[in-house]
Amino acid sequence: MIEIHNIHKSFNGKKVLDGISGVFESGKMNMLLGASGTGKSVLLKCIVGLVKPDVGSITYDGRVFTNNKLDIRQEIRRKIGMLFQGSALFDSMNVNENVEFPLKMLTDMDRAERIERVEFCLKRVGLENAGKLMPSELSGGMKKRVGIARAIAPHCTYLFCDEPNSGLDPLTAIKIDELIKEITEEYDITTIVVTHDMNSVLEYGDKVMFMYQGKKLWEGQSSEIMDTKVRELNDFIFSNRLMRDAKKVEQIEEDERQEEERQSNE
Amino acid sequence: MPILLWLEQDNLRPTFPFMKNFGAYLLFLGSLFRRGESPKILFKRTIDEAILIGIDSIFIVAVVSTFIGAVTCVQISYNLTSALIPKSTIGFMVREMTVLEMAPTITSIVLAGKVGSNIAGGLGTMKITEQVDALEVMGINSTSYLVLPKIIASILVFPMLVIIAMFLSILGGYVAGTLTDTLTGQEYITGLRTAFIPYNITFALIKSVVFAFLISSISSYKGYFTTGGALEVGESSTKAVTSSVIALLIADYVCAQVLL
Repeated sequence: MIEIHNIHKSFNGKKVLDGISGVFESGKMNMLLGASGTGKSVLLKCIVGLVKPDVGSITYDGRVFTNNKLDIRQEIRRKIGMLFQGSALFDSMNVNENVEFPLKMLTDMDRAERIERVEFCLKRVGLENAGKLMPSELSGGMKKRVGIARAIAPHCTYLFCDEPNSGLDPLTAIKIDELIKEITEEYDITTIVVTHDMNSVLEYGDKVMFMYQGKKLWEGQSSEIMDTKVRELNDFIFSNRLMRDAKKVEQIEEDERQEEERQSNE
Repeated sequence: MPILLWLEQDNLRPTFPFMKNFGAYLLFLGSLFRRGESPKILFKRTIDEAILIGIDSIFIVAVVSTFIGAVTCVQISYNLTSALIPKSTIGFMVREMTVLEMAPTITSIVLAGKVGSNIAGGLGTMKITEQVDALEVMGINSTSYLVLPKIIASILVFPMLVIIAMFLSILGGYVAGTLTDTLTGQEYITGLRTAFIPYNITFALIKSVVFAFLISSISSYKGYFTTGGALEVGESSTKAVTSSVIALLIADYVCAQVLL
């Protein structure tokens, strides 16, 4: 479980995060939702320690991360896996070497153990035959899969995904979302996904935090999001025609159900 | 990594940009030695970098130094018109110019273009594609892992390249001088052996170490702090080369003043 409390961050006097607090539970897909430029990625970077918050605290399973001793921060970081927006695979290494890299650097595994783990992780993401390929030879979806394999290779406890399905076709995007969801539940990982894809939120999200202009405007279960009364969130959700139509259908179905209930009562 | 995060978030904004850059550069150098990787990893990475920096540069160094030696010989003979000056003076002057200045400085300027732009471009690309962030998230000190091996490898390899450049430059002068009948081989070798001061070789090698450090560290600094996209990576490479060459020439003067 990750807890953040009162996170503030400004760049050159411009406030990007304004007092954000929240809890991200383990074994669940915690979705950070919001339009572009609302500070989602900055918040994610604050949580993983790539950006230092001006004010606020972050704790990982009760252990304070912000402003703690370097050794403790390093220890926590070694349990973190991150899938970057552009996958961030190392260009000079092939797929096998990319996945093996954190094992080589962060664990005491011998070569045989590392190879076994790499093969397992690549098989888990469905890329068992791609080990010898270089990142430049991979498609966008394959890169994301390798990124996930690299993130989970050292048995991570926390998984962070920065827009995991951006730039992917809808079918591949769904597959990546499914994979993240499966891995989260299978290994009881605390997963935080930054996204603005409502399909991901509704289909795979457990808990959702909606951000608007650097503030947390709404937090709740993904099943509750369609019924929210927060205007900014409604504007965000129903900016898409498909979502508006889906809402209309839902409303019609609800009306029909109520009508049937009324008739049966009479 | 608090210092680098602090720098990246543009907290240093004094009146003079040069002071900002210089201060940031010093802090960057300090960050190389924080939570370093194991000696085994550092050794492997250094060898890899030494191959990239050294072996891949031998051809260009060989071509440049051979022709510089040849041109030096031809131009000295053109200027030495007095019958009172022995022809062997040409060999003597080629040796002195090569050892003291041409081999260490020109070789380093050539390497600033080749190695410096390569370092800055490589690190800049890693930075903008979040590969550096990926290392940091894993708990790996990205500067220690990426930059320190480049600096150590440069310091090890540059003197070797300078020695090759010295040899080929003097050889180039010999070939040019004898082929054009400017002087005989015997006269050239006599000149080479006249008033030889072994310290000059030491001086040239000390200079090459200083230049290696400046080129690799400045280029790494420029590359590491690249922000933006592909255009900015190109800009970083250009800045890395120009800044390295300026620093190199200043260091050349300081070394000559202090060590000679």
